[in-house]
Amino acid sequence: MTLNQFLQNLPFFSIMIALISGVVCSVLPGRAAKRVNAGVIVTVAALSAVTLVYTLRTGTYFVYTMGHFPAPWGNEIRAGVLEALTALMFCIVMLLSLMGGYHKLDEEVEQSKVNYYYVLVNLLLTSLLALIYTNDLFTAYVFVEINTIAACGLIMIRQIGRTIEAAVRYMIMNLLGSGLLLLGICMMYGITGHLLMSNIQETVAQLAASGEYHVPLLVSIALMCVGLAIKSALFPFHTWLPDAYGYSTISSAAILSSLVSKGYIFLLIKIIYRVVGYEVFQETHIVNVFFVFGLAGMIFGSLNAIRENDVRRMIAFSSIAQIGYIYMGIGLGSEAGMIAALFHIFSHSASKALVFISTIGMTDMSGYSRKFIRLTGAAYRNVIAGIGFTVASLSMVGVPLFAGFISKLLFAQAGVSNSEGKLLPTMIVLAVSTILNAIYYLKTVIRIYVPSGIKDEPRTVWGANRCYTAAIIGFVVLNFTLGIFSQPFVDMITEGLSMFA
Amino acid sequence: MIDLDKEKAARPSIKERFHTWMEGEQDLYIGELEMKPPKNAPGADAKAKEAPRDDRNESGQEITSEKLKEALSAGTEDPEQLRELIPDTIVNMAESSDRLNPVSRRPLKIMFDRVYPVLATVMCIAIVVLLLVTVSWMPPFGSADNPASNEVAERYIEQGLTETGAVNIVSGMILDYRAFDTLGESNVLFIATIAVMILMRVDSKEEKEKLSREEEIYTDEKTLEPKNDVIIKTVAFLLVPMLFIFGIYIILCGHLGPGGGFSGGAVIGASLILYANAFGFQRMGKLFTAKTYKVISFCALGFYALAKSYSFFTGANELESIISTGVPGRILSAGLILPLNICVGLVVACTMYSFYVLFRKGGY
Repeated sequence: MTLNQFLQNLPFFSIMIALISGVVCSVLPGRAAKRVNAGVIVTVAALSAVTLVYTLRTGTYFVYTMGHFPAPWGNEIRAGVLEALTALMFCIVMLLSLMGGYHKLDEEVEQSKVNYYYVLVNLLLTSLLALIYTNDLFTAYVFVEINTIAACGLIMIRQIGRTIEAAVRYMIMNLLGSGLLLLGICMMYGITGHLLMSNIQETVAQLAASGEYHVPLLVSIALMCVGLAIKSALFPFHTWLPDAYGYSTISSAAILSSLVSKGYIFLLIKIIYRVVGYEVFQETHIVNVFFVFGLAGMIFGSLNAIRENDVRRMIAFSSIAQIGYIYMGIGLGSEAGMIAALFHIFSHSASKALVFISTIGMTDMSGYSRKFIRLTGAAYRNVIAGIGFTVASLSMVGVPLFAGFISKLLFAQAGVSNSEGKLLPTMIVLAVSTILNAIYYLKTVIRIYVPSGIKDEPRTVWGANRCYTAAIIGFVVLNFTLGIFSQPFVDMITEGLSMFA
Repeated sequence: MIDLDKEKAARPSIKERFHTWMEGEQDLYIGELEMKPPKNAPGADAKAKEAPRDDRNESGQEITSEKLKEALSAGTEDPEQLRELIPDTIVNMAESSDRLNPVSRRPLKIMFDRVYPVLATVMCIAIVVLLLVTVSWMPPFGSADNPASNEVAERYIEQGLTETGAVNIVSGMILDYRAFDTLGESNVLFIATIAVMILMRVDSKEEKEKLSREEEIYTDEKTLEPKNDVIIKTVAFLLVPMLFIFGIYIILCGHLGPGGGFSGGAVIGASLILYANAFGFQRMGKLFTAKTYKVISFCALGFYALAKSYSFFTGANELESIISTGVPGRILSAGLILPLNICVGLVVACTMYSFYVLFRKGGY
């Protein structure tokens, strides 16, 4: 076996390592499970990085057969630049989110159940990796199921009334989404006879050309799109989101907002490119629906966030606006729009997780209150959290040098190059939404830097929680990296997208 | 703090409202968001009265479970006191009185309440019609020239026996051709059990004591295992061994005929539940404890994942595999299918019984 052949095993290794470690964590005590989990994420990140370098060097994707039987009969996974890059980013964000929340886990989760948290996280990582790499529609569905249950567990592992209620909501909405996705997959199988993505694409192209099974094809695509839109909280399917992100333990909130919903969006993009085929998808005009709801989400998510007086829920509502951006990018119906959407997946993961992690540091120093007024002067009480929050807010608003600026720039460029009359709505809503973002984020930044006027307030000692500090520094570095050295990332996404279909 | 009198006297000017918003003193739109009572609902008064006690329950959301637990462990069972501690009761009371007293409701909300069920029904009917229409356009079920009857199914049927060694094509398909999906599926069961354990398992001593106290109060012959019912006991005595053996048969012969890990495991799980029902958890505890679940699920899933990793690895890299398909029709044949069926069966049986026992009494 040559080195090249061996390197093609890496995506498979990363899926399997994450899966086996999930089982192993169920019998370990909490502390050991935590170490195993951290080790696994680092390992998978390293494997993904090597895969990324390998695919960049070969300049093409590779297909890996899962077992002895070639693809239409057996399962297969497929890795290209985009897949490897996404896996790498997801691992980094996941590790940093966990690091920022370790201290809260000990407080908020029953000691005897802490190891289950890592079981959930490991299996969540497995499912994300499988969603990223799989080339089979039904495998995708199986791992969507794991993803859903794991996310539900992450919400309710902090057992207070609100999280249970949030988990129930989450479960109802997400099972509806899963059900619609499954219906769509079944119909797709019924009319094409395949589950392998590349084979479906061929058959769909023939069907679209001949006009046969036109209605089932359209409905199947629509069902899959709506199912995944519900699961990724596109406006107006967002009602499960604020409580789920607002009350769960902080690592869960960060992971849910930055990874889980993005995993579904990645799957959606994969379905658009590899299952349906980009041209056929364009003809269905579902892009326009995405565009409209994306725009609506950008506005209404921000408006809701402005009205919110609870910091955590405000951030959660902001997620809806950001998901709206991503769908708007997809809805622009051009390659530039898709690149912008993909870049925004990364930049939003990096900044939203940072917002959550830094907020918890400030609310903990403000009498555990999440009320806006109690945050007065919080940035002085917890300096590193204040810095983290400021960086993340500036990134979310889209100030140059930060990651969010690049994605807004890319969205604007994609909008300008669009000739279908989407130019004006894109630009107007982008501007309005940016202003709305600025209103609530900068208001909070001002609030945390307003001195509270109380003397001898308790302050966090520098270096008291090294893990937390490291997580925030890591996120800040990630944000600046995405913001300043954005071109390599955009190039990688462009290259990955060209070999994605 | 909410100044109700001022609110009533005059609506604050835009400048004032901006100021309060900027300061975050008060939710401008209080009452318009879900889970928050309207301004002038009776519940809001209660809340305002309650609020000064502690800054953290300004809107009744910040009361944490710790406080509730404290009060519970201190033996508070006074409903009034409990209601004060649980924010949602206040909110719910406000909402319910709001519903009873239509004068205080905003016209927009009334309209929404009326229109919503109608619209929802119309939407549902529209989706049902849409799906039915779609089905009428689908290829007819079971027809020979359906798109699904293509080279994929052909190879499963014609070469399944020689390639996998399994007489039962379905077993060959799910555990050999598409084993990765099934690996995922058995992990779905595993993670579902983990989620139920997080939700239902009672670990802390106080909670356990509380449960056993409740049990003492409510115990009678009908509500708790053992049911002390002669009929159930006799039937279980006769049936459980047979069910067990039948389940094992289904699992072991999954590659030779109809059956397999999922169905056999379900039979064994059902027999475990029947046994617990008839003879009680104490006797069941000798056979099946939390440790049993841990060990079985760990071994089964670990073996499954490792064995299949080996198989995937050798298959993908075209290496020689030590696993042979054997002679089709023998019990020890079909390569990994038999051991994997056993693993799946164990996981399914444990999952079923665990669900039952966790929902029933929050632990093994």
